[in-house]
Amino acid sequence: MEISVRNVRKDFDRFPALHDVSLDIRSGELIALLGPSGSGKTTLLRLIAGLEFPSEGQIFFGAEDASARSVRERNVGFVFQHYALFRHMTVADNIGFGLTVRPKATRPSPKEVRRRVLELLDLVQLPGLENRFPRQLSGGQRQRVALARALAIEPAVLLLDEPFGALDAKVRKDLRRWLRDLHDQTGHTTVFVTHDQEEALELADRVVVMSQGRIEQVGTADDVYDRPASPFVFSFIGQSNVLPVEIRGGSALFGGTVLGAAAEPDGPRRMYVRPHDFDMLPEGEGGLAGRIVVARRTGGSRFCTVDLDGVPIEIELPHDGSAVRPGDRIAVRPRRWTLFDNA
Amino acid sequence: MSSAANGGRARRSRGPHPPSAGASGQRAWFHKPSVVPGFGLTFGFAVTYLALVVLVPLGVLLLRATGVGWSGFVQTALDPRTLAALRLTFGASFAAATINAVFGVLLAWILVRYRFPGRRLLDAAIDLPFALPTAVAGLTLAALYSRNGWIGQLFAPLGIRIAYTPLGVGVALLFVSLPFMVRTVQPVIEEIDREVEEAAATLGATRLQTVVRVVLPSLVPAMLTGYALAFARAIGEYGSVIFVAGNQPYVSEIVPLLIVFRLEEFNYPAATAIATLMLLISFAMLLFVNLVQAWSRRRFGYGS
Amino acid sequence: MAAETDTTAVADRGAAAPAARRPRPVTTETPLTRALLLAVGLAYLALFLFLPLAAVFTEALRDGLDGYLASILEPDTLAAIRMTLLVAALAVPCNVVFGIAAAWAVAKHEFRGRSLFVTLIDLPFSVSPVIAGLVYVLLFGSSGVLGAWLQSHGITVIFALPGIVLATIFVTFPFVARELIPLMQEQGTGDEEAAVSLGASGWQTFRRVTLPNVKWGLLYGVLLCNARAMGEFGAVAVVSGRIRGETNTMPLQVEILSNEFPLSAAFAVASLLALLALLTLALKTFLEWRYGDEMSSSQPGH
Repeated sequence: MEISVRNVRKDFDRFPALHDVSLDIRSGELIALLGPSGSGKTTLLRLIAGLEFPSEGQIFFGAEDASARSVRERNVGFVFQHYALFRHMTVADNIGFGLTVRPKATRPSPKEVRRRVLELLDLVQLPGLENRFPRQLSGGQRQRVALARALAIEPAVLLLDEPFGALDAKVRKDLRRWLRDLHDQTGHTTVFVTHDQEEALELADRVVVMSQGRIEQVGTADDVYDRPASPFVFSFIGQSNVLPVEIRGGSALFGGTVLGAAAEPDGPRRMYVRPHDFDMLPEGEGGLAGRIVVARRTGGSRFCTVDLDGVPIEIELPHDGSAVRPGDRIAVRPRRWTLFDNA
Repeated sequence: MSSAANGGRARRSRGPHPPSAGASGQRAWFHKPSVVPGFGLTFGFAVTYLALVVLVPLGVLLLRATGVGWSGFVQTALDPRTLAALRLTFGASFAAATINAVFGVLLAWILVRYRFPGRRLLDAAIDLPFALPTAVAGLTLAALYSRNGWIGQLFAPLGIRIAYTPLGVGVALLFVSLPFMVRTVQPVIEEIDREVEEAAATLGATRLQTVVRVVLPSLVPAMLTGYALAFARAIGEYGSVIFVAGNQPYVSEIVPLLIVFRLEEFNYPAATAIATLMLLISFAMLLFVNLVQAWSRRRFGYGS
Repeated sequence: MAAETDTTAVADRGAAAPAARRPRPVTTETPLTRALLLAVGLAYLALFLFLPLAAVFTEALRDGLDGYLASILEPDTLAAIRMTLLVAALAVPCNVVFGIAAAWAVAKHEFRGRSLFVTLIDLPFSVSPVIAGLVYVLLFGSSGVLGAWLQSHGITVIFALPGIVLATIFVTFPFVARELIPLMQEQGTGDEEAAVSLGASGWQTFRRVTLPNVKWGLLYGVLLCNARAMGEFGAVAVVSGRIRGETNTMPLQVEILSNEFPLSAAFAVASLLALLALLTLALKTFLEWRYGDEMSSSQPGH
C-alpha cells in the first residue's frame, strides 16, 4: 500500500508540532523517520495511524483519502514503544485480539484464530510461548509479541514507534537484523520512528530526517550521509566540523589558505567536513596548520582534536604506525566537503 | 578481578555493629541490625498496645465463644430470628456492594477521565460517607426516604415504602459503602496506559470492545478488593442502619442490632456466638482481599 | 474536547463531505456517551450524597435560628458536646503515639513477621463497631472476665468514660499508623542514618529529621482519626449505657433526640457533626492538594 502525506499541519493547543509536511511512501518500502526528540516524527507516525488527526492536509492510503477514516478503519499495524500488551491476556489472546474483535461476518472461527496465532508465533520465532502472560516475557520477547499482534490483522501498513528504544544494546542489534529479514520476507510497507541514526541508516530503504516539525531530507542512507541537504542533516547524521570559509574567484579560503576549488559566487560560506575527509599533508605542503590538542586511538584509526588558530576541529586519520602526540604540529587539507550559506 | 571486588563487597557488613554470635545473633534472626535506633522501644510499645487494645479483647470474645459450646453455637445461629437477620444483613450488603460496584467504577471513570467544572469538589465529596458520622447519615436518610420525605414522597404513590423497611437498610448500606469501590478503582484507572487503549483501537476494536475486553478486565483485581471492602463494611454497619430500618424482628432487623439486643438482655452467650460468627466472616473477607492482591500481583504484575 | 475543536476547525475551512464524520480521539467515548455517563454519575451522587447533606441543614433550621440555638444550648446536648470533645482529646493522642511507634518500627526497621504486624494493625477496620463495643463489655462488664476484680476495687469502665474512650480507641486504631507507615517507608532510612552518624540521639533524630518529613501525613492521619472518634456511634452505644448528661456523646444524643419531638433538635446536633465532617473533608482536600507529594498516596479510608 502506498501512503501519501500531503501538506499536513498539526497543532497541539496552538503549539505547532508539524508544519506543512509532505511525504510519499512506496508500497513495500521500509522507511525510517529519524530526528531528535521534539522533531515531530512520532506525531507524523500517529497521524498516519489515525491516532491523531491533522489540523490541515490529507493522508492518502493508495488512491483513497484516509484522513476521515478512524484508526479502526485504517487497518494499520501499530507497535508501541512500550509494546502496550494487554497484561491480563495470554500471548495467544494478545495476538488473536485483532481477529476476535472483528464483526461477526468477517470474524474467523476460534480454531482459525488459534491456527493464525501459532503461525505468527512461529514467524516471530516464539513457538511454545502462547500461554504465557506478558509479564513472564523478556523485553525482546514482548517486542516480538507486539509485532505479531500487529501483523495478525494483515495490516495495510506496519508502523513502529521507537521499536528498539526500550531494549538493551545487544538485543537491539539482533532484533534490528531480524526485523529487516522479516520485512523482506513479508513485504509490508513499514514506517518506523527512531532517534538512533545508526539504526535508521542500517535498517531503512529510505530515511526521512526531521527537525522541528519539518522534513529536512528524504533519501537513502548514502543520500543523507554523503549528500546532506541542509546543515542540520549534515551535523545530525555522523560527525562534522564547521569551518567559516570565504569563496573568492572560484576558490574556498580559510584564513587565507586555499582549500580547493568551489564553483560558487563570492562570499562567506560555512564548510562542513567529516572527520574522515581530511588528508594529512607532509610538512611544507601548505594546507591548514594546527596543533594537536587530544589524540586517541580507536581501532584502526586515530581521532585527533586539532586547534587551527582558535578553531578546534575533529579529524580521523588512518593509523599508519606513526605516532602523533598532543602538542605536535600538523597540517591537514579537507578532501570532501559541503558548503552552506551562512544562516 | 570482578570476583574479588564482589567478595570484598559481600564480606563488608552492613552498619557499624557487625552481628556477633550468641544473643545478638539471635536478635539478628528476628530483627535485622540497623543503625537507626529505637526498635526495641517502639516495637515493644506498639505490640503491647496492639495486644491490649485489640488482640486481647478479641481473644476474650473468641474464648467466651468456646464457652458457648458447639451446640449452643448452632442453636443461636439457627434461631429463626438470627437467620432472618443474617439473611437481611447479607442480602442487603450484597445488593449495596453490587450496586456500588457499578456506580463506583462509573464514578471513578468520570473523575479520572472527564474534565468538567466542579470535578475537584465532586472528588472530595466521595469521601463524605467516611467523614459523616453514621448517626447523622441514618437520621437524614430516614427523613429523606420516609413517606413524606423529599425522596420518599416520590415513591409513596407507587406504594413503595423505603424507610423503615428492608429497602431502608439497603439505602443506608449504599450510602456507607459508596466510597470503597471508587477509591480502590480510581488509582488503577489513573494508571491505565493510554497506549493500551490505542493499541486495541489500531487492532480494530470498537470503543465498547476496548472498554469491555481491555479496560474493565484490568480493573478486576481492584474491583474485587473494593467489593470485599464495601461488603465487609456493610455487614458490620450499625449506626446508619438502625435509624432507617424500622428494626422489626424477622423483617428489618440486622445482625449487629441483634447483638445489641442480646447484650441488653444480658444474654451474653447468644451475643458472643453471633458476634463470633460475624468476626469469622470479616476475617474471611480480609483473607480474600489479601489473596486476590497476591494472586493479581503474581500473575499480572500489578496489585490494587 | 479535542474532538469538538477538530470539527470546528474543519467546518471553518468549509471542507466537503468527509468532514462531517471527522474521527474523534480513540481513547475516549463519544460526547453523547460521556454526557450520559456524567449525568448518571451525578444523579447517583445527588441522590445519595448531596441531598442528605442538604437535608441535615434544612431540617436543623426548620424552627428558625432561635430554635436551632436553643436546641444546641440545651444542657444535655452541651454535656454531650463536652463528652465528645473529651473522648476525642483522650483517644486521638493515644493512637497518635501508637501510630508513630508502629510506623517507626515497621518503616525504619526490618524484622520477621512485619507484614503480619501491619495486617493486625488494620484489623479493627474489618470488625463491626458493635463487636468492638461488645468485646469490652465481655472484658470489663459486671459479668465480664475482669468485672468482679474491677468492682471490688471500685473501678467502673463500662457505662463510663473509660469504656467509651477504649471503644473509640479501638475503632480509630489504624488511622494514624496506616497513613504514616507507607509514607515513612517511601522515605527510607537514609536521612536517619545520616543523622545518627552525625551523632544525633534517637529522639533527636525523630524530632529533627523524621518528624518534619512526615508532619503533613501525620496531620492527615490525625484529621481522619479525629473525625471518626467524634462521630463513632455503634461501639460507643454498646459501652456507654446512654446516661443523659453523663455518658452521652453527640452521636448518641442524636439518636435519643430522634425519638423525641421536635425532630429539629436531633438535626441541630446532627448539623454540628455534619459541619465537622465538611471541615474534615475541606482540610483533607487542602492537605492532598497542597502537600500531596509529601504524603503517601491515599488509600481507601474507612
